[in-house]
Amino acid sequence: MFEILLDATVRAGTPILFATLGAIINERAGIINLGIEGLMLIGALAGFAATQASGSLLLGVLAAFVAAMLAGSIHGFITVQLRGNQIVSGLALTMFGIGITALFGRSMVGLTIAGFERVAIPGLSKLPVIGKPFFNQDLLIYFSFLLVVVISLFFYRPRWGLALRTVGENPAAADTCGVPVILARFMAVTIGSGIVGIGGAYLSLATTPMWIENMTAGRGWIAVALVIFASWSSYRALAGAYLFGGITAMQLRFQAMGTTVSVHILQMMPYFFTILVLVISTIRLQKGASQQPENLGQPYDREDRK
Amino acid sequence: MHMTDLLQIQNIRKTFPGVVALDDVSLSIAPGEIHTLLGENGAGKSTLMNVLTGLYRPDRGELLFDGSPVHFSSPRDSLNIGIGMVHQHFMLVPAHTVFENILLALDGVANFFSRRKYKVKIQQVLDQFELDLDLDTPVWKLSIGAQQWIELIKLLVRDCRLLILDEPTAVLTPQESARLFQVLTRLRDQGKSVLFISHKMREVMEISDRVTVLKKGCSLVTLPRGEYDENRLASLMIGEDQIPMWIKPACKYEELALEIKNLSVRNDRGLADLDKFSMKLYRGQILGVAGVAGNGQKALAEVLTGLKEASSGRILAKGKDITNSTAKSSYIAGIAHIPEDRKSIGIAPDMTVDDNLIMKNFNSRAFRRWIFQDRAAIRKNATAKIDQFAIKAGPDGNPIRYLSGGNIQKVIIARELSEKPSVLVALYPTRGLDIGSAEYVHKVVIDGANQGMSTILISEDLDELLKLSDEIVVMFRGRLVGCVNPQTTTREEIGLLMSGEVQR
Ligand SMILES: Nc1ncnc2c1ncn2[C@@H]1O[C@H](COP(=O)(O)OP(=O)(O)OP(=O)(O)O)[C@@H](O)[C@H]1O
Ligand SMILES: [Mg+2]
Repeated sequence: MFEILLDATVRAGTPILFATLGAIINERAGIINLGIEGLMLIGALAGFAATQASGSLLLGVLAAFVAAMLAGSIHGFITVQLRGNQIVSGLALTMFGIGITALFGRSMVGLTIAGFERVAIPGLSKLPVIGKPFFNQDLLIYFSFLLVVVISLFFYRPRWGLALRTVGENPAAADTCGVPVILARFMAVTIGSGIVGIGGAYLSLATTPMWIENMTAGRGWIAVALVIFASWSSYRALAGAYLFGGITAMQLRFQAMGTTVSVHILQMMPYFFTILVLVISTIRLQKGASQQPENLGQPYDREDRK
Repeated sequence: MHMTDLLQIQNIRKTFPGVVALDDVSLSIAPGEIHTLLGENGAGKSTLMNVLTGLYRPDRGELLFDGSPVHFSSPRDSLNIGIGMVHQHFMLVPAHTVFENILLALDGVANFFSRRKYKVKIQQVLDQFELDLDLDTPVWKLSIGAQQWIELIKLLVRDCRLLILDEPTAVLTPQESARLFQVLTRLRDQGKSVLFISHKMREVMEISDRVTVLKKGCSLVTLPRGEYDENRLASLMIGEDQIPMWIKPACKYEELALEIKNLSVRNDRGLADLDKFSMKLYRGQILGVAGVAGNGQKALAEVLTGLKEASSGRILAKGKDITNSTAKSSYIAGIAHIPEDRKSIGIAPDMTVDDNLIMKNFNSRAFRRWIFQDRAAIRKNATAKIDQFAIKAGPDGNPIRYLSGGNIQKVIIARELSEKPSVLVALYPTRGLDIGSAEYVHKVVIDGANQGMSTILISEDLDELLKLSDEIVVMFRGRLVGCVNPQTTTREEIGLLMSGEVQR
């Protein structure tokens, strides 16, 4: 019973995990990206369409990454090169994503593909309790584990990671150390957006291998919020995403058991609890030193005085 | 001579919207010299330095490095040919550790570097300068003086041929400055060039091989050592403007303005910033507080202005207990504050100079009509203050962050003193001010004292303390370790007290 719940938790949390990781990369470089919801949709549709056409899931994931990266580069160009308003540009990206996927997705509705299948990792999947939920999953989930570790290592080990964090904290300091601030920010936005796209593709290639209009159902917004809960750390993003996943799994379970509580109320629960946790964690965050990159949301202009 | 110059700056011009920061600047820097740039606040010194490091792109003019023209499109280009700089405003990441801040400035670090190797390497540099810094502390926890050292280290770990230092000594103690000068002289003897900016005449006289005076965006003259003295430089810089004269009245010690009894304040780390500190301040008195920065001066100022809470002890203003009142109610009790950290607590950077000038009394009837702002009155107030304090404020409606460091300081002083406060708590009020402005601030403080304002003057500049104070107290590790009479004391005596070696 617990194993099954945990398994559902991981599967429901993964799309949000990818999206949160992508958003963290954006924000570490100092760029707020409210286009996550749109990017997820673009990733979901691109992934589905590519797999549908080619029959290859790998190509589907790649297509999702590239499509979301291209869409994200619009946000990057507007906010980094043109120093536009990050909030407005991000909101526009979400609306763009919703619109364009509804338009091009129309012909995809009703089609099916063979989605990701479980691949048991020999040995590890035999572990008690955590064996099945974590190590008898599909490849994208294993990839998400890897990504959590790699992103954290990237921020704290190589010089590039330090440069990227400095760009988000104090771009002028990075600039005077010879770090190409504009390039670093643009790269962070595009690559981060690509990872968000994979989160969307998880929905259309693994969760439910089909395309449904607006299938992200607000998960992108949860990811935006989870970045703060995770205080810009990829490990905490994992915890946050699985929190959401866990409550989703539980409410599905309740539905299956056939309670009298309205389905709508149950479906609301994951969002409700995530917001609740966020509020509590933000209050705690304000008491201690905030982890928020100091120049988050601020455009960088070399000749402007700060 | 010209062929051998390391850097030639030719007819540089740089404008910002509504401001000509540099009009026409030419000067040259020889290899192996310490070249000082002198000029009033807002003369364009920092702007010129930023042009030299590729941060600003000049509108016109040429730079020749080693005889060949160079064009910088980013600071990276200037770093690559060997120009490094310490900026007037810190270029540090407060949330990062000392190690991370320095590492990013290091040259030739592999992408996957060995933490241990570079820790040892950076630690060696710190040891070389006798700096007691833990590499793993985040920078925000450090005093401003320590942060300045990190900036210096960031420059010194690089192998630069030209080192530019924009007012590095503004926040250093005289001892620390002396240590910096030893390093700079040694670098000069190795054939490196140093371009140095300071408003402290004593230092300029001590260290410079040549001095260039900058005035209103133009280079006036370059003089080699021996052809200038303090007076000559001052008159070149300020021109015909007169240094204001003043006479200091003796304090009468009649009416008690403020009394502090056994005050203790703990900092974020739970250590005592102020430790059973007691003192008395009389009406019209100027009480000098000497001490090496970081010995509780900031805590003293913050607790007096309501920014920090005392953990024990009492503060009495005219006999009224104000110990734990908020900033607002202590303001009502009439305390003005010139903070140490201008940019973060002294001003609202994005707001205009006009608005920053009325920030303390925006609600006063003088600046509003019913519930609306009276823009005309606010503007009039600003023009008066700008004129009175000779603030280079740029075009109307200029956000204050565009102003030069010294001019921001003048705005704060003008605002704080405008309400005729009964008590002024001033931390390093003339730090970063040119000599003319510093004199003017002294005059304002003395004028205030004449009218009954009491001043707590926290400063590291012994000349300033000796000149202005009725009495000087010395702080060490949050305690009052001595109290001397400026008429009879010596610099040596204060120095000994500051080092904590003796008590009086
Ligand atoms: N980025 C900018 N945008 C707008 N105006 C600027 C900018 N940088 C400098 N200025 C203006 O250029 C003038 C010269 O400023 P600068 O900082 O070079 O003076 P400074 O000589 O360094 O003075 P200080 O001794 O006070 O540091 C000032 O009037 C300032 O307001
Ligand atoms: Mg300057």
